[in-house]
Amino acid sequence: MQPTGRPPVVDVALQGRGIAVADQMDRAKVLQRLRLGDAAYRHLTRAAAITVLVILGGIIISLVWGSLPALRAFGISFLYEEAWNPVTEKFGAIAPIYGTIVTSVIAMLIAVPVGLFIAVFLTELCPMWLRRPVGIAIELLAGIPSIIYGIWGLFVFAPFLQQHVQPFIISLFGEIPVLSNLLAGPPYGIGILTAGLILAIMVLPFVTSISRDVFEAVPPVLKEAAYGLGCTTWEVCRYVVLPYARVGVIGGVMLGLGRALGETMAVTFVIGNAHRISGSLLAPGTTISATIANEFTEAVGDLYTSALIALGLILFVITFIVLAAARLMLMRLNARVGG
Amino acid sequence: MAATFQSSLYASRRRRNRISMGLAFAATAFGLSWLVLILAVLLWEGFSGLSLSVFTEMTPPPGSAGGLLNPIAGSLIMTTIAVLIGTPLGILAGTYMAEYGRYDRLTTVVRFINDILLSAPSIVVGLFVYEVMVAQMGHFSGWAGAVSLAVIVVPVVVRTTEDMLILVPDTLREAAASIGLPRSLMITKVAYRAARAGMVTGVLLAIARISGETAPLLFTALNNQFWSLNLNAPVASLPVVIFQFALSPYHDWQKLAWTGALIITLAVLALSIIARTLAVQRKTS
Repeated sequence: MQPTGRPPVVDVALQGRGIAVADQMDRAKVLQRLRLGDAAYRHLTRAAAITVLVILGGIIISLVWGSLPALRAFGISFLYEEAWNPVTEKFGAIAPIYGTIVTSVIAMLIAVPVGLFIAVFLTELCPMWLRRPVGIAIELLAGIPSIIYGIWGLFVFAPFLQQHVQPFIISLFGEIPVLSNLLAGPPYGIGILTAGLILAIMVLPFVTSISRDVFEAVPPVLKEAAYGLGCTTWEVCRYVVLPYARVGVIGGVMLGLGRALGETMAVTFVIGNAHRISGSLLAPGTTISATIANEFTEAVGDLYTSALIALGLILFVITFIVLAAARLMLMRLNARVGG
Repeated sequence: MAATFQSSLYASRRRRNRISMGLAFAATAFGLSWLVLILAVLLWEGFSGLSLSVFTEMTPPPGSAGGLLNPIAGSLIMTTIAVLIGTPLGILAGTYMAEYGRYDRLTTVVRFINDILLSAPSIVVGLFVYEVMVAQMGHFSGWAGAVSLAVIVVPVVVRTTEDMLILVPDTLREAAASIGLPRSLMITKVAYRAARAGMVTGVLLAIARISGETAPLLFTALNNQFWSLNLNAPVASLPVVIFQFALSPYHDWQKLAWTGALIITLAVLALSIIARTLAVQRKTS
């Protein structure tokens, strides 16, 4: 029984929600309703959480289902055949797989060192008042839609490379045995190297912001102890901060790699869409995502469509593995920091 | 002898330090210069084409003047529907993970899968929706485009909702429980209110993310040259029109593509800056 005169606090809290508490009978009904509502909300949120799993399951099942005709027709040879001929309906995935991996590797080779150095700048050198603006500016690079990188790459960056950079590279390395093959050929402007460079700009913010976060998580005592011993800033970063933050940095790099592998529009504009594996990085090529984007709506015939979906499946499997590894590393790091 | 050896070691350490710190400066300048370069070119190329007719006229056939009204409208509609589908789903899922099942096995699995979906290639999402909706219905449609964007919205909203609800102090929840408030009301009346700024940030970031998305729309919503708000038919969208026009040989179309690119970029940057300031207010208040 409630004391008379003052209503229970919960009734006050519920006022204005259309729940009138007149007498004990109503009160029981209201409590019953609240209990039901509570259970309903719990199950609703649980169902929503499970929906996230269903989406992933749906993606996997639909990709496998869609790629079955192609996988049945070509079997395992789909993975290593180079032919891609819609007329004779011969399809092999190795050229797009090669392009995807090479462009991503180029991107990471550039973005990782640059990103780490930016993180060093932001955590050790930058004056306090400048840290936020510079950090935000770098992160805005991640906010620019990939189609913008694409149009910029096609009309500005590729012509610039073609006219000013690539002729120089070709003549510079023309005499050196291995590099002359790797960087040979006419300067097209568009090609594997250009796509890799644009991807590098796109993943730079991911590498930078995660590296900066894990650098900042290094206990100041460790750094102060190293400085106290007389270490230079570089030595502190190289021998104290980096080893301590290693797992997190690798996680961030893998996350960036996952992005680079799956990036579509920016690459589609500048890769040249040529289904062949060329020895030269300056030659046009293709990636999995660029092939799908370029050809899917024009694909006639079930086998063609199915081959493109099979490409999508391969891409999803590769990125899934990379991203899962990245997440596991970052989770391990969080567990260490938390415990 | 020993002294000179030591001072030369000291000099080389200092030299190495100066070089690497110089590299750190250079790397930052390098990174920032891309942002400046891209924005400068966008403004230069896009601004001259920006006029009222861009917002009032349809996409033109090659060789004549026109605007971007139908793709802008299509983008707005599909983005709105995607947010209307994706936000409630994402908030509910995030609520379960932070409020009901914080230490559940299910939550751990969902968090892991959600983080993967967050970075999954968007073109794969397009293929998924193509298989599930377009292939079943037999035609491209605005609905399919909106659903594929919604699939991209969900993980962003789940992530921020969970993060923000976990930041809400437990004392608030205990206070609500102590006055006899049922859990669902505690969540909606107390926890949501405390985490509101952060959750709004998540939705804004999700909008910023999908308003530039092209890949999943290519073979779900396709494109439409004409004014059409029929969501059962192909619908034009700004990113897809930019893609088509930029790769065309016609100068008028390329010009419009730049203008469209400028519009999208300004919208996206404005959204992410608003989202960031909201997030900062949340932290400092």
